[in-house]
Amino acid sequence: MAVEGGHGALTSDQYIAHHLQNLQVCRTETGEWIWNQCAGNPMTINVDSMFWSILLGVVFITLFSRAARKSSSGKPSKFQAAVEIIVGFVDGSVKDTFHGKSRLIAPLGLTIFVWVFLMNLMDLIPVDWIPLAAGTIGIPYMKVVPSTDVNVTFGMSISVFVLIIFYTIKNKGVKGFIGELTLHPIAPPTRGVGLIAAPFIIAFNFILESVALIAKPVSLSLRLFGNMFAGELIFILIAIMFSGHWLLGIGGGVLHLGWAIFHLLIVTLQAFIFMMLTIVYLSLASETH
Amino acid sequence: MDINLTLIGQSLAMFVFVWFCMKVVWPPLLGAIEERQKQIEEGLAAADKGQESLVRAAAEADDIVAGARTQATGILDQAHARANEIVTDGKSDGVKERDRQLSVAKAEIEQEANRAREELRGQVAAIAIASAEKILEREIDSKAHDDILSKLAQEL
Repeated sequence: MAVEGGHGALTSDQYIAHHLQNLQVCRTETGEWIWNQCAGNPMTINVDSMFWSILLGVVFITLFSRAARKSSSGKPSKFQAAVEIIVGFVDGSVKDTFHGKSRLIAPLGLTIFVWVFLMNLMDLIPVDWIPLAAGTIGIPYMKVVPSTDVNVTFGMSISVFVLIIFYTIKNKGVKGFIGELTLHPIAPPTRGVGLIAAPFIIAFNFILESVALIAKPVSLSLRLFGNMFAGELIFILIAIMFSGHWLLGIGGGVLHLGWAIFHLLIVTLQAFIFMMLTIVYLSLASETH
Repeated sequence: MDINLTLIGQSLAMFVFVWFCMKVVWPPLLGAIEERQKQIEEGLAAADKGQESLVRAAAEADDIVAGARTQATGILDQAHARANEIVTDGKSDGVKERDRQLSVAKAEIEQEANRAREELRGQVAAIAIASAEKILEREIDSKAHDDILSKLAQEL
């Protein structure tokens, strides 16, 4: 039944492809903005990802700033207590890992944790509900889980990457940053015959350390993207079962429930890992040897 | 899967949200948490202090009660001693008074006896004179013989 949704009969392939298609708007070479004809065009905005991501960010900011406005040191309300548990948890994680002084890192960790958690949580909404609702008002595609969009996860991890470089340079200077890239893990000889080998060692170090540095944002974003994309895909595959025989549908229901419960763990865990690794990377960047 | 402008959009959104969180959300929340932590800490310390002063006050009260008890015992002892003293004093006073009254009575009795004896003597003298008058059948000049008579009476 889900397969029929709005667009006439679809094959399973088409159904999956449809669910994995973002709502896009892009600028063509002639300078006009067109909808959904954007394959391979870098001047594209995934409207659904941006919409849900910003909406969830606004939800986060609204909820937490409301709690912050009403916060008092007296007896907290239940909502304030819940918010404070999350804040305290993030603050504790930051204090355990990051020993420097920074006004940015803890709020950054909180934002990442709650925002990624909310984006991941969209995965638990049954895969057809929002696309069907959007279909009835004429929106052809609607991917509701922003963290299954590689652009979104890379957007966040590259922001973190910029902060890593910023913090490294801020705490160790440009020289320290370059030194970190070239003088580890093998210290180049500074005198004698070994001096001939120094450029090669520096080049070797540079390649190794650059890869390690670039691997940070790549692994950060691909980890989140991979987990959420796979989870979403499994939900879609389970949803296909609903269109088959009614026995298959019941089996699909059981599977859906099981996967949703398991996914709840992944949703929280991935948000936590993203936050924790961000804190760890930034504390590494701030540490002076 | 294509990398496109969304990436930049998401980065911008992230910077905005993080900035917002840093300015609006984090400081008051953490401030409230830390403030409350301090209050709880102070409350616990105050409770400890209260407990301590309670223990001290109880010990003090025990001391006072014990002091009062020994004082009361002292007073009671003193009172007993005083009472005994008063009883003893009274007894000896009574004995003295009795002795005095007894001796007064004795003296009075002696006086009375003496007086009676005197009277009796006089009467005996008179009787003797009368008898002698009767014997002599003549009137003895009592004035002339008074000295004899009184001597006689003395000898009685």
